[in-house]
Amino acid sequence: MSELPGDLLYTREHEWLRREDDGSVTIGVTDHAQAALGDLVYVELPEVGQDVENGSDMAVVESVKAASDVLSPIDGTVVAVNDELSDDPEKANADPYGEGWIVRVQPSGDIDESEWLTPDAYQDLLDEEEA
Amino acid sequence: MPFIPHTDADTEDMLEVIGVSDLDTLFDEIPADLLVDSLDGVPPGLNEMQITRLMHERAARDGAPLCFIGAGAYEHHIPQAVWDIATRGEYYSAYTPYQAEASQGTLQTIYEYQTMITELTGLDVSNASLYDGASALAEASLMAVRGNRSNKSGRILLAPGVNPTYEKVATAIAGSQGITFERLPMDSGNGNAAASLDNDESPVAVVIQQPSFLGTLEDVDRLTDWAYERGALVIAVVNPTSLALLKAPGHWGEEGADIAIGEGQPLGVPLSSGGPYFGFMTCKQKQVRQMPGRIVGRTTDLDDAPGFTLTLQAREQHIRRSKATSNICTNQGLMVTAATIYMSLLGYDGLRQVALRSHQTTARLVAGLTALKGVERLFEGPHFHEVALRLDRPVAPVLDALAEKDILGGYDLSIGCPDLGNALLVCATETKTDADVDAYVAALKVILEEENRRSA
Repeated sequence: MSELPGDLLYTREHEWLRREDDGSVTIGVTDHAQAALGDLVYVELPEVGQDVENGSDMAVVESVKAASDVLSPIDGTVVAVNDELSDDPEKANADPYGEGWIVRVQPSGDIDESEWLTPDAYQDLLDEEEA
Repeated sequence: MPFIPHTDADTEDMLEVIGVSDLDTLFDEIPADLLVDSLDGVPPGLNEMQITRLMHERAARDGAPLCFIGAGAYEHHIPQAVWDIATRGEYYSAYTPYQAEASQGTLQTIYEYQTMITELTGLDVSNASLYDGASALAEASLMAVRGNRSNKSGRILLAPGVNPTYEKVATAIAGSQGITFERLPMDSGNGNAAASLDNDESPVAVVIQQPSFLGTLEDVDRLTDWAYERGALVIAVVNPTSLALLKAPGHWGEEGADIAIGEGQPLGVPLSSGGPYFGFMTCKQKQVRQMPGRIVGRTTDLDDAPGFTLTLQAREQHIRRSKATSNICTNQGLMVTAATIYMSLLGYDGLRQVALRSHQTTARLVAGLTALKGVERLFEGPHFHEVALRLDRPVAPVLDALAEKDILGGYDLSIGCPDLGNALLVCATETKTDADVDAYVAALKVILEEENRRSA
């Protein structure tokens, strides 16, 4: 398994988050998630401007064998979506932490980072699931 | 594919493996107050001999009347070969097969069906069929709401000519999911959508039926463009036979309809007292992820040989569970097989002849009937193979008197469209000869005159 990027936070649903300088949060699925799903054939993106709630469905990643919801880890508003995934969904396979980002959300309130997993804690979760 | 039922021993074994005492326990999660102890009005079971006798008696009661009823289901000639082939053992299943390795023939048939239906409707993609035309409208409505996410209104506008039964079924299925259906105002002269429509409307979708339920031809280009200007998707409800003559929904207006649905029964499926029929559905490529039901695709195997397989299954409930695009989990495979054979045997020219002949026969019928005193056309304008007439008296007793002469004289519009008054919808397909048409006109003449004498 490849090294987890140290500058990201993670969720138990195998999503990653990056806090941007402008206060927004970029969200994608982890390398583990893309590998488990297999070759992605479609990513259904939300509309820019759409309000999302913590825990609600926001996008769908679909592979040849499964479709999985991407949940919003925060309350807020979608400020950007990665339109390139519409034509090139496999970018989320090839570069899940970079070009494969999915959604950027502007949080509506304060963020409690303790809700999420540090790289070490997420690695522990992966090890647990593998065991 | 053989069907082998479980023996009691099989069932016992399976229950033991999962640690459940009996079959009923599997349904424990259904709340007790939703369970029904007895089914009122359902008679006790009959054995094969008894049910065969009952069905023969009832079939004999139907007789072989001359049928001039359309209103959504149409009597067309079905070449003998259609059902001879469709009921061969290799085809004889209602289901779409999952196992590509064991089902290439059936999958290829469905693929060819999809190709023919997309050609007829002028759209990009077809699914493997739905239950019937009415439930197809419900599925198309749900699909339009999913596919037009920027519009949260759930409000769908129906042209005046949409089949009222379709509206009822769509409301029953989609109404509980926040979708409402409303009618556009009607122009009482031609029966179509009013000339001036409210430009403040912003529905999520507009449904246009062509030919309309009332037999008229709607200005589909104008309505389609009007819908697009409002940001709505367009759902076309079409009669497949008519598409041999009329403009395909994919070419309506500037942009074309987004989704086309309809009742597939006219394509080789007998009337059979109302079913089984099948619904068809096609859409633009960009809506395909929202499309319900199965889709068969063509691919190549490891040796580069062409083959067929179910595709885009991640939308479906056996993969996505409660998040599936639809709860539709099967389709009318056997009816689709018959329709594919019917279309193959007729070809484009054959279907066009059926459509033309039906149109001409209906024109002859309408000319004959409206020459009678007390019968006139309800709407002006062109028609396909169905026309609404206005009688100078209630329709039901007239239809009863015709039935006594073994003529089913049409559909009493006061059932679904009470606002239209004493209105009768008549249809004559290619199955009716000039003599049949003349017999209907003569019979109605006698009935109307007798009634006039009695009331005079």
